[in-house]
Amino acid sequence: VTIHLSIVLFLPLAAALVGALLLPAPAMRWLVLAATVGVLAYVVVMLADFDSGSGGLQYVTDDEWISELGIRYQLGVDGLNLFLLALTAIAWVPCTLWSVFREHERPKLYFFMLALAETAVLGAFMAQDLALFVVFFDLMLVPFYFLIGGWGTGDRVRATTKFVIYTLAGSLLMLAAAVALGVLSTPEGGQISFSIAELTRRSTGTGTQEWIVLLFALAFFVKAPLFPLHGWIPETYRSTPLPVLALLSGVLSKVGVYGFLRIVLPTMPEGAQHWQELFIVVAVFSILYGSVLAFSQDNVRLVVAYSSIAQLGFITLGIFSFDDKGAQGAVIQMVNHGLVVVPLFLIIGVIAVRAKGSESLRELGGMAFRAPVLAALFLIVTLATLAMPGSPNFVGEILILFGTLEDKLVYGLVASAGVALAAVYMIRVYQRTMHNRVGPAVESRDLDRLDFVTIAPLVGVIVALGVYPQFVLHRSEDAVKDKVQVATRQSPGS
Amino acid sequence: MSFAAVHAPVIDYKALSPLMATVGGSVVVMLAGLIRARVVQRALVPLLTAASLLACFGLLIWVWEPGRQEPIISGALTVDTLALGLSALFLVAGLVTILLSFRAEAVREAGAGEYYTLLLGSISGMLVLAAASNLITLFVGIELLSIPLYVLCATELRRETSLEAGLKYLVIGSVGSATLLYGLALVYGATGQTDFGAIASAIGSDNGIGITDPLLLTGVALAATGLAFKASVAPFHQWTPDVYQGAPTPITTFMAVATKAAAFAIFLRLFDHALVDSQLDWGPALAALATTTIVIGNVGAIPQRSLKRMLAWSSVAQAGYMLAGVVVGTRLGVQATCLYLAVYLLMNVAAFAVVVARERASEHGDDLASIENLGQAQPWLAWPMTIAMLSLAGFPATAGFIGKFYLIDASVSGDYTWLGIVIVVGSVVSLVYYLRVIAVMWMGRYEVELPTLPTLPRRHVKPVGGWSPEGDARAHPEVTLVAVLAATATILFGLWPNPLFDAARDIGTSLASLF
Repeated sequence: VTIHLSIVLFLPLAAALVGALLLPAPAMRWLVLAATVGVLAYVVVMLADFDSGSGGLQYVTDDEWISELGIRYQLGVDGLNLFLLALTAIAWVPCTLWSVFREHERPKLYFFMLALAETAVLGAFMAQDLALFVVFFDLMLVPFYFLIGGWGTGDRVRATTKFVIYTLAGSLLMLAAAVALGVLSTPEGGQISFSIAELTRRSTGTGTQEWIVLLFALAFFVKAPLFPLHGWIPETYRSTPLPVLALLSGVLSKVGVYGFLRIVLPTMPEGAQHWQELFIVVAVFSILYGSVLAFSQDNVRLVVAYSSIAQLGFITLGIFSFDDKGAQGAVIQMVNHGLVVVPLFLIIGVIAVRAKGSESLRELGGMAFRAPVLAALFLIVTLATLAMPGSPNFVGEILILFGTLEDKLVYGLVASAGVALAAVYMIRVYQRTMHNRVGPAVESRDLDRLDFVTIAPLVGVIVALGVYPQFVLHRSEDAVKDKVQVATRQSPGS
Repeated sequence: MSFAAVHAPVIDYKALSPLMATVGGSVVVMLAGLIRARVVQRALVPLLTAASLLACFGLLIWVWEPGRQEPIISGALTVDTLALGLSALFLVAGLVTILLSFRAEAVREAGAGEYYTLLLGSISGMLVLAAASNLITLFVGIELLSIPLYVLCATELRRETSLEAGLKYLVIGSVGSATLLYGLALVYGATGQTDFGAIASAIGSDNGIGITDPLLLTGVALAATGLAFKASVAPFHQWTPDVYQGAPTPITTFMAVATKAAAFAIFLRLFDHALVDSQLDWGPALAALATTTIVIGNVGAIPQRSLKRMLAWSSVAQAGYMLAGVVVGTRLGVQATCLYLAVYLLMNVAAFAVVVARERASEHGDDLASIENLGQAQPWLAWPMTIAMLSLAGFPATAGFIGKFYLIDASVSGDYTWLGIVIVVGSVVSLVYYLRVIAVMWMGRYEVELPTLPTLPRRHVKPVGGWSPEGDARAHPEVTLVAVLAATATILFGLWPNPLFDAARDIGTSLASLF
């Protein structure tokens, strides 16, 4: 039992609280930035120190929280969430840095919410108690509600309200489902428990599992989002400030799909098997639907938005292929997608500044000529997004497709169309912004030093992972296999 | 002739002492109120009232004894932990009301002595009601609590809506009381008993009557209807928005949190003690009532611009959530309802205190416009309101989340999983109006879509004090203090709810017949 994870978890929030109450606004934002860097440093040490040989949880924290409800303060890291924690830590640094050098109204509130969001997301990834997971999962919405509504553009209040109602509708149903799972799996005379490890040992009836899984899936699909539940996407993506959007799309969307691997598969294997076919269909639909819509959008943000739906479709497909390779691909793809989306949105911000605020493909173009560094970085990110061989995304998508093709050949084949479509819409975006005729309002200049420092390290991480994907695969292998085996153990076919 | 057969009942004065503190206090306060000196009216009377409530609180802790069930005064009252726990809520609500009323117009117009005496009288009624263990004390308690409230609603003598609220509450409250009384009479007729325990055994025994007995069934239904009036459970809630809006806001606060707790105290006693053996029969009916209440309350709150009306509708919805704890008829259900009542008190007090503060300082009264951009102007008011709204909506890290978690837990454990899902769906709908309040405070002036203004609030010229832009345009410190304290408690209990659970577990010991 260690205290390390608690330190990482509450570092941003503590810094923000101290800063908000004691420091003037300019000093406070530096303190928040320092905290995000601190989290990153801690996570890097954890990556180095991580014992990839043991499949179990490491750095476990386990304390009583609300004994009456059987809720424990239980945190832990294994191969499954190690890299998602790393993704969170990596993503928050540039987004905070980006914000530090730009003027905001009410800066204290802004940075407080940014820090609270980091704590909530880290908590959701670390939680090993179902109720604790639900707490952090819902808590994430509060800072994002304020960030979008307070500092967004356009019809921001409407957008943020829609976003919160959509996602909270899902997650409150998940709350009911989580309580039901805890109560119904309690053996006669036993003490109620929400610990995921304990829930994995206990079992509930197949019929119960089925509807509980469905409610969980609803929450996770809205959050991701996947095809029929993505109604909040266009307005939210249009209104959200870019650094916040980078976090929303890059990191937040992973919490849901991560929940499938962490909670649904181990605790309700029969329920997950029951809906496998349906969820695969949803995933494949999302891939096609997202890709096609991404191709037809004019606003650059929305291209990325719909491409995210497609990418999360891939991830979900990998998880529900119930195959070691597919699930591994899903985990690495979660990290990859986050790593490419964050610089993508920051680059969109850079581009918009050079086009007098326009994010419309029709008005952009010809930027590469005078901005070689920007163009080069953007190109690397673009190629990674469309899963060029040599990029980490290629590894992820190939693993997912291998996993799917083995058992679900037809779905795998249909899904591979998504890979081709990704090339189409991403290259379209790159051409329309960087090449072609110079847009009417475009005033091209290269990245200034600050933006370079913000964006380049992220691109560096993408390249590094592309060169050496084993770094992730090796460490996550055991944990992922473990989850998948639990899910397929009792399947009648195998 | 001999009177030897008549024994004076043995009175346990210790157990009775909290009640004596408030009843005695009300007499002292009334007498003190006769002195017209300014210092007495402004300071001494509220202080005496507070002292009486604090004394009651101290005695209550002294009497607190988990597991005690034997009634006192020939079975009239049972001072068990259920009664004492809820009494603590009434006392907190009373203290809050004193602070909020400290500079209220209502006190000046009605006279401090009268105002605070009525308040103490109403609290005494609640103490009786929470401890009532037979039908007679139940009715005495409910009348003692209601009659002072009818008057208190109308204490802003120069405001039409206040008088209207008083009258409306009187008429509808009387209908409710009459219905309740009729129901109680029929229950007595069917069972021949007034004592809850005796009623329970009359229904439970093999040769006794079943719940399907038409007389008993009618009686229970009428009694439930009467209680539903008091607890503003739909479809008997129609008075709630009007009365909440019209009454002086400190009194609205008191009604919203204390009256609701008192009504639920008796819901719990009647259904989960006297009638618990036939839970299978009345459970579905009450569950249907809870569902209706959740739907109507949440939908009704959406088009409201007036904060007080919005909170009134929200209190209807919240009553529906709490009814779920009664429906299941288990110890867990009782504990969940009591815990939610405590949580509900905290978050509503925070919200209402902000309304009080803004009403006094802003020309918009309790309209949503009065809190526009409050985040920038007065963060010490905006944060409590924000926390209250998040908590009412059930966001984690607030006490409201814990309360809802417990209620859902109780529903699922009591085989009413669907009711848990109804609670959750209701919470989703409630986001529409709770989040609007937050958006108005934090997200800019003209960004939020508001429902159209029905009629412009007319402000009558008030000769006695009232709003003046120069003198009064600030929140009074005691009101801000209440808001901040309640909001802090909401957060703290959201993070560390174990004290609440300990109290709830003690309260659960008081109804022995439950499992």
